[in-house]
Amino acid sequence: MGQIYLDYAATTPVVPEVAEAVTDCLKKDFGNPSSMHRLGIQAEKRIRKAREQVSHLLRVEPEEIIFTSGGTESNNMAILGTAYDKGRRGKHCITTAIEHPSVLNCFAHLEKLGYEVTYLPVDRNGVISLESLQNALREDTILVSIMHVNNEVGSIEPVQQVASLLNQCKNRPVFHVDGIQSFGKLPLYPKEWGIDLVSLSGHKIHAPKGVGALYRRKGVRIQPILFGGGQQGGIRSGTENITGIVGMGTGADWIAGRHAENDRYLYELKEALVSGIRKGFPDAVINGDPENSAPHILSVSFPGAKGEVLLHTLEQEEVYVSTGSACSSREKKISHVLKAIGLNERTADGSIRISLSYLTTPEEIASFLPILTRSVQRVREYTRR
Amino acid sequence: MERVILIRYGEIYLKGQNRPFFERTLYDNIKKALAEFSGIRVTRAQGRFYAENYEEEAPVLRALQRVFGLVSVSPAYKVGKDFETLFEYSSKIMTEQLSRLQGKTPLTFKVESRRSDKKYPMDSMEINREMGSRLLEALPGLKVDVHHPDIVLNIEIRESGYLYHEVFPCAGGMPTGTSGKAVLLLSGGIDSPVAGYMIAKRGVALSAVHFHSFPYTSDRSREKVIDLCRILTRYCGPIRLHVVPFTRIQQELYKKCPDSQLTVLMRCYMMKIAEAVARREKATALVTGESIGQVASQTMDSLAVTNAAVSMPVFRPLIGFDKVDIVNISKRIETYRTSILPYEDCCTVFTPRHPVTHPRLEKILESEKLINGEELIQEAVANIEEIGIQPDRNLF
Repeated sequence: MGQIYLDYAATTPVVPEVAEAVTDCLKKDFGNPSSMHRLGIQAEKRIRKAREQVSHLLRVEPEEIIFTSGGTESNNMAILGTAYDKGRRGKHCITTAIEHPSVLNCFAHLEKLGYEVTYLPVDRNGVISLESLQNALREDTILVSIMHVNNEVGSIEPVQQVASLLNQCKNRPVFHVDGIQSFGKLPLYPKEWGIDLVSLSGHKIHAPKGVGALYRRKGVRIQPILFGGGQQGGIRSGTENITGIVGMGTGADWIAGRHAENDRYLYELKEALVSGIRKGFPDAVINGDPENSAPHILSVSFPGAKGEVLLHTLEQEEVYVSTGSACSSREKKISHVLKAIGLNERTADGSIRISLSYLTTPEEIASFLPILTRSVQRVREYTRR
Repeated sequence: MERVILIRYGEIYLKGQNRPFFERTLYDNIKKALAEFSGIRVTRAQGRFYAENYEEEAPVLRALQRVFGLVSVSPAYKVGKDFETLFEYSSKIMTEQLSRLQGKTPLTFKVESRRSDKKYPMDSMEINREMGSRLLEALPGLKVDVHHPDIVLNIEIRESGYLYHEVFPCAGGMPTGTSGKAVLLLSGGIDSPVAGYMIAKRGVALSAVHFHSFPYTSDRSREKVIDLCRILTRYCGPIRLHVVPFTRIQQELYKKCPDSQLTVLMRCYMMKIAEAVARREKATALVTGESIGQVASQTMDSLAVTNAAVSMPVFRPLIGFDKVDIVNISKRIETYRTSILPYEDCCTVFTPRHPVTHPRLEKILESEKLINGEELIQEAVANIEEIGIQPDRNLF
């Protein structure tokens, strides 16, 4: 067997259907969607179709989708855009301790601008409590931002319940959900649930890098963070990345199709993975709640085996996983997520993230397990004395 | 009129009989450093070089400032040597300088002239005096100060007249390739690239050795070392990097030798392998970035032990440097930002908690016997990955 890629939460390969649609668009539709002539209109139609494809998956209106350059921009746009718009009414925001850096660093920036931010703690499973949210809410709370699925441990936050809780508030804050990891893998229906803003990313659903989207519920106001030619209703200026957008639309279609075929598929793979690991390593620690977490992310610690060394050992066998989240593995620090769920340094140090997609096969899991066993044993032979 | 760059070199004057060889090598190195500027002409006359026929001056100057063996460079006007022409360009230079002051006069100056053309009707004192007074007369806002002038206007009368007011220092040292070859132990940290730079500056060509402990260090650290080599090639030309698979030796040492000695033992083996590479590369010395006392493996006792591991001379140009001084040089030669990327040492498995700081040679030699060193070294050397690294073009 060739390489086994198990790092789909970091990024996914472009599937043939997407590559075809993107190539076709590159070759034929080079028009600027804002142009008055026929080529412009053709390009605009392409975008409209992609908008429909993405909105379909969320069960929202196509006009509620704004295309961006990716998840980071979507999160920036949602958080900064809301804070700038509501700054006069209040300056208090609520988020969680385990958000992605593209959320946390927006709030760090807002704090410098005089905003106040409450960071909700999570339990051992990486889940917030509605009670702590309730207690954090204030008259001047303008924004609540909570991720749907955590990228490092796969915990699922109760965003539907959060939405109904917020709906009972007198001064209802804007509710933003980072849906980048859950999009296409878990039901996420912002309109039905009462979520105002949802960030999405293309390259997590088999579309190219450099494209993302923000769902903005009709009537929710945000200030733009990019200024220019007034494209996409003035909310996101800049000539649309039409090939990326076409890729994202096709990717959304593709993943919706797989999900519709068998919505248990990823769960079954993960169950096989978890039981294999439990059998091989009674002392392995599954981080988060394996029963109630995202179907495609598994964080597991092998105490005594350093995650980074294990990663490279697996790499020698052409198996690709990650430690913590890809973004923080360049830093030497322990991941803020693993810290927040209460792992001690030794366990956190020995953790890797295995993430799946609809491209993963049961055979891959079956061949992965003995490689993992070998590799962990090999790494454990040499641990710091 | 033409813009030219005067290129001065120094030390190699001292080399007597070897002078033509040094000058030729230096000339070749200058040509290589300027290879990317098409149409540029480099000529040699009367103990200096001239660069002519280029488009933009600043990138050429920057490239020259990196050539070892050069002392300084000056962009100049090359003009006819009759006094009126000299005056015309002198006042052009001074007018430019005055306009940069934006009215904050006076601007102090002095004229310094030299003539190798002894048939010239005025001697240098006369030129200084005459040019000074003509400039004072013509340009309000100037003032003569022979002790601490803002501007020194240089006039040289040779086969043509040369006028300049700027002298930019160069790297100094000796032309690369005039002093043999050495092997640099390159870790990826701050020190070793600086050590390589300093030895290369003395005219020594470099090969590099990097010890790779995959999976205990990632391929990113290997890429980082390649990047560091590439920066060094800007100064010293092509480098052949030898990436040595070092994991097995570390694992063997870990299994069989006392924990506290691991670091010193590891370094002994690094030296031995580097020496083997040096023999293969026909290099005659090793270069390390060690400085006394910086870490446990760089105490005098540790250095004595690692030094005894090889018979080749080991050059340690940073031996008496403080870390801040090393950091400053690494910033100047532009290796710092790459050096501080955090990819190396991702693993502390082989780092003892309590390393010996005063190892005794007999004890280390005893420990060395605990593993099959010869065979492991041979295996490592046989599996070296060689990477030829050329200076990258389009640096500017």
